[in-house]
Amino acid sequence: MSDSKQSITDKPIDNYRRKFLGQLAAVTATGALGSNLILHNFAEARPADQAVTSNVRYGLLIDTSKCGDGCNACVTACNEENGLQDLDRPETDAQWIRTVKLKDKSTARTVSLPMMCQHCEFPPCVDVCPTGASFKRADGIVLVDKHLCIGCRYCMMACPYKARSFIHEELTGQVQGIPRGKGTVESCTLCVHRVDKGERPACVEACEKDGHKALIFGDLKDPTSDIAKRVSTEASTQVRGDLRLNPGVRYQGI
Amino acid sequence: MIKKIHYREIEGNSVNYYILLGFLGTVIALALAATYYMEHNGHHVTGMTNQIVWGIPHVFAVFLIVAASGALNVASIASVFGKTAYKPLAPLSGLVAIALLVGGLCVLVLDLGRPDRLIVAMTAYNFKSIFAWNIILYNGFIAIVAVYLWMMMEHRMNKYSKVVGFVAFTWRLILTTGTGSIFGFLVARQGYDAAIMAPMFILMSFSFGMAIFILILMASYAGTGRPLGSIVVQRLKNLLGVFVAAVLLIVAIYHLTNLYATEHHEFEQFILLSGGIYTFLFWVVQILLGSLIPLFLFYSRVTKDAPIWTIIGCILVIVGGLAQMYGIIIGGQAFPLNMFPGFEVSSSFFDGVVSQYTPSLPEIALGIGGVAIALIMVTIAIKILRFLPLSLDNALADPHHKAKPVTEAEGKVAV
Repeated sequence: MSDSKQSITDKPIDNYRRKFLGQLAAVTATGALGSNLILHNFAEARPADQAVTSNVRYGLLIDTSKCGDGCNACVTACNEENGLQDLDRPETDAQWIRTVKLKDKSTARTVSLPMMCQHCEFPPCVDVCPTGASFKRADGIVLVDKHLCIGCRYCMMACPYKARSFIHEELTGQVQGIPRGKGTVESCTLCVHRVDKGERPACVEACEKDGHKALIFGDLKDPTSDIAKRVSTEASTQVRGDLRLNPGVRYQGI
Repeated sequence: MIKKIHYREIEGNSVNYYILLGFLGTVIALALAATYYMEHNGHHVTGMTNQIVWGIPHVFAVFLIVAASGALNVASIASVFGKTAYKPLAPLSGLVAIALLVGGLCVLVLDLGRPDRLIVAMTAYNFKSIFAWNIILYNGFIAIVAVYLWMMMEHRMNKYSKVVGFVAFTWRLILTTGTGSIFGFLVARQGYDAAIMAPMFILMSFSFGMAIFILILMASYAGTGRPLGSIVVQRLKNLLGVFVAAVLLIVAIYHLTNLYATEHHEFEQFILLSGGIYTFLFWVVQILLGSLIPLFLFYSRVTKDAPIWTIIGCILVIVGGLAQMYGIIIGGQAFPLNMFPGFEVSSSFFDGVVSQYTPSLPEIALGIGGVAIALIMVTIAIKILRFLPLSLDNALADPHHKAKPVTEAEGKVAV
């Protein structure tokens, strides 16, 4: 047995093979290490002010009294920005933001407001997600990792705001940079792709463009920001505040 | 002295056996075809929507998973509580438990938006999610019950069966707690968000699992012509009656507690009075057909001794159980989220309205496919391994039973 082993390993072809494999391993290791070093350098090279940190808490302040009657500008802008299409199937079509009409049962006063993911500090969708696909960024934006989502829809059961949509069919004509896909769950990203570039969410810009200025976006932790100043001096409420989820979206005039 | 129990494989060569296999195989094939259709087109071809996100597949899946842990009870009573009369039934109990769980899990997995990503669910865990814990609890249950079966069925390992049986019993209680907590932990919805969900699911598991176990036991003994004494069936049936009554009690506590709190009045009004299909399912199917009539059949002097009424009672318990699951899962979602208390709410996203749900044929096929998977596993396993005692006649079931002469029919060996 040992003799035959000896004779096999002594063959010149095996020496060649061994050498080849050794060199291949060396090249692979160098490549892997090198690319990591390069990537590491890139990460290091990134300006500190662009990294996602918990020193920032992005949020929205929505003044319902400024919401235009029958205005749907924020919804249209969101759909356009994120490539959401109306497939004429209202029960399964995705809606990241919607206009909700309220009527006080005892006083009959009516209010209209936009409702979307409230980007909670303690998001139930993140708690219940089995794979960790639902997650909250350090800056408070709640997102879905489209590679980890298995489409179980438990987050939709858990969300108190009905903010999430399940993709019920194949999508076409998607917008680049907005990952979406059949069989996964999605919701308002607070236009994270714009926020990361220092811009404001599409709904906020559209509302301002229409002259209502009902939506204010900003950093709740920055005392000099418009939104922080407003919430520290004016009354605002959190929807389902009783759940103590501390949403990043606040409302006025409900 | 207790008679030695002889376990034997069934022969499984009869025409009826192959007809049963063929039938179950066809149902499974149809379920797989339905799954392909739903996954290929996306969930818009089902009745499920962004409002009713969990549909009839989940009703079947959760029912089967809950029943699985309940089916293990017979083995637990034998090993953990030392009731020797249940010992001959213990291997079948373990087998049915594994089969039901696998059937339920198949439905759950095949309904995922991305079933191809099952590996993600097995490798990426968020330990704050009860769902993630359940993945571990379900897989662990199958492994532990498999070891338990080994301890019971391998003579040399018998001495460990009590310890492993205890582990399995504890594990199954935790498992059903986990399943109930899927709903109990949902703070957002009126119908859920209640700690009582966990004990309620445990009692439901006792009831549903026992009903299924009795039916499988009676069917396999009738099909193989092996003697099944009345004492065994009576004892199981009486126990099932206690479980049905216990579920009724906890359901009553759940609704009474809700009725006491004004904030839940609208939800209770919906389920108990004005919910249409959900109200019908609650009062007529769950309470009357699924609980009160079985209790009458199991204990009334006229019907309690007749096997046919036991069978009907068990079927009714299962139907009632499915109705209860439908009410909990679909009814709980159909009732609108209470986002703005004191306001009438309306939107393009069906806020403030009772959501409509009509299950589609493919999703029903998938759900029934899960049942077929469980049944085909049992049907094949009892042919391959020695799960069933050759006889469960009264003398064997009860050591104190006064032996009577064995009749020709009772002495007949398997076909």
